[in-house]
Amino acid sequence: MADNNQQQVLVRANELTCIREDRILFDQLSFEINAGDIVQIEGPNGAGKTSLLRIIAGLSRPYAGEIQYIDTDITQCRDEFNEDLLYLGHLAGVKSELTANENLNFNLRLSGYDDFDSYDLLAKVNLGGFEEALAGHLSAGQHRRTALARLWHTNCKIWILDEPFTAIDKKGVEELEQLFIKHTQSGGCVIMTTHQDMSLITDEVLRKIKLDYRFV
Amino acid sequence: MWKWLHSYADPERAYKLASTLLPWFAFSAILLISVGTIWGMLFAPMDYQQGESFRIIYIHVPSASMSMAAYMAMASASFVGIVWQIKTADWVAASIAPIGAVITFIALLTGAAWGKPMWGTWWVWDARLTSELVLLFLYLGVISLYASFEDKVLAARAAGILAIVGVINIPIIKYSVDWWSSLHQPATIKITEKSAMPMEMLAPLLINIVGFGLMIGAITLVRYKAEILARNGMRPWVRELAKAEASK
Amino acid sequence: MKRGISYTQAFLTLLQRDLKIAIRHRGDIFNPLLFFVLVVTLFPLGIGPEPQVLSRVAPGIIWVAALLASMLSLERLFKADFNDGSLEQMLLSPQPLPILVLSKVLAHWILTGVPLILVAPLLAVLLHLESNSYTALILTLTVGTPVLSLLGAIGVALTVGLRKGGVLLSLLILPLYIPVLIFATSAIDAAGLNLPYTGQLAIIGAMLVGSLIMAPFAIGASLRVSTN
Repeated sequence: MADNNQQQVLVRANELTCIREDRILFDQLSFEINAGDIVQIEGPNGAGKTSLLRIIAGLSRPYAGEIQYIDTDITQCRDEFNEDLLYLGHLAGVKSELTANENLNFNLRLSGYDDFDSYDLLAKVNLGGFEEALAGHLSAGQHRRTALARLWHTNCKIWILDEPFTAIDKKGVEELEQLFIKHTQSGGCVIMTTHQDMSLITDEVLRKIKLDYRFV
Repeated sequence: MWKWLHSYADPERAYKLASTLLPWFAFSAILLISVGTIWGMLFAPMDYQQGESFRIIYIHVPSASMSMAAYMAMASASFVGIVWQIKTADWVAASIAPIGAVITFIALLTGAAWGKPMWGTWWVWDARLTSELVLLFLYLGVISLYASFEDKVLAARAAGILAIVGVINIPIIKYSVDWWSSLHQPATIKITEKSAMPMEMLAPLLINIVGFGLMIGAITLVRYKAEILARNGMRPWVRELAKAEASK
Repeated sequence: MKRGISYTQAFLTLLQRDLKIAIRHRGDIFNPLLFFVLVVTLFPLGIGPEPQVLSRVAPGIIWVAALLASMLSLERLFKADFNDGSLEQMLLSPQPLPILVLSKVLAHWILTGVPLILVAPLLAVLLHLESNSYTALILTLTVGTPVLSLLGAIGVALTVGLRKGGVLLSLLILPLYIPVLIFATSAIDAAGLNLPYTGQLAIIGAMLVGSLIMAPFAIGASLRVSTN
């Protein structure tokens, strides 16, 4: 990460405070995420990991503080930020009434892409042969992969992934890790939560933000 | 202006402002309402057509006019809260809603009580009463939406959006109800034409209207203070305040 | 990698997706329609079968039933997308949210509003509606039901994250439906008396234009609160 062109700050959190039902999850939290970073948000259940990811993505509004995207508050530049953001939450955003292919097509077109080969992308997440199967008939892992296929066709720099490895087998996890490394090497960043151990992304490359559960 | 407004986005400053304003509102409200009501009930001349029962006007008209004004105030606060993202403004709206609903209910109740001697029935589908009833529904919508969210910061924002949607619709609803009643009402039941009210009758009415406005302001401030404390219970300044109160 | 999707294409993509899902999930279309028919058939049973009485109250009954059916069907407008995370993806899409929202409301209207309009003449026969009121009935429903969908969508967007949405929804949106009800029924009444009703229709049209312009922003803002 010594490389100079990778030191651009993509996302900056300024004194974030998050309060859920009278409990302070975190207070005055500030950090910067640079191009080239893989950041894992750590903490026990209920510490506010998902809340933090949703705040960074602009889905939730913090009680106080702001998120900046290249030095501008994201609420002031929502369109530009959304162009550069790929968020995959707990819920995959895959409709069970549509086929895997239709789902991927829709999700990519919603993000504005019109030059992709969805069969090829589905093959990359090992869904070859399941393209025309209704997502409702797929397994949990395949469901998840349908959503993850978007990662192979995107020019968003900021990836925010909530538990991306859930229901994914070991080989799939490794492929995702490779993809993350490639993404960060080309100037992107990955912000994620996970409970699983990673084999390729070692602690030297991984930055961690620790949240702890506390009582006031 | 915006700088000034933004400085009150801080809950602690908003709380202090509310505390400073409260006694002024409360005392002037008590003063005006007692003067207006006593004057209106005991000393103002009797209406030659309606007799003594017209005196309910001193409660009905102020509450009816303030019911609409309170909705406007609520929507304005929500507008500020949503456009400039000021939470303390959202809370103002949340504090006004129940008061507005009660005032609207009083207006309806006194309207019905006035209707009994006037029209011989408790309820007629008169344009004004109908609009007032719809207004009550709008208030109840805001209140129950606010109550339904567990996260009260979100609740205040959702209720604010609804209040703004409501305020855009109020003129349309009012116009359509007026038009509807002109279409369906036979001319016999109609409130007597607004004859020029003599000064001795009008003055206490005006005093009461202002007094009701101030009273709503005062009750809003009390609720607003409680709202700020409830939302900021875990903040150090609230704890210090609580300690100071306890040691008194 | 090219981002060549225009606003129109985004609008159509979403419209197409929603229609496709609804066609694979047909119950959602027919239930509100069935409700509409049922409510209307209950009235003659409740107030007696005299043709004069029925034809007098027919416009009101049909329109009140339409309001209720519209509200009932709207409840599911954003629910499925909220539950499976698609809604979040829409909020984070680079496409403007009001356009996406408008597309969803249009899809919903095609699926529930249009069948309502088609079945209304049938119910009008059951209620002995004046024969010269039929055009007015169809016209008011055509112009009025999109207004109901747009206004109702605001309420749905505000309550989509809540567990007990149903009753609350009626409190939020039925008062907003009042102007449409008043002008629509009076247009039908006027038509029955062979009076001109273009005025009422124009007012409903103005409401449609107004809600087309403003409602998508309110719906978008509400969805941002609900997904928070």
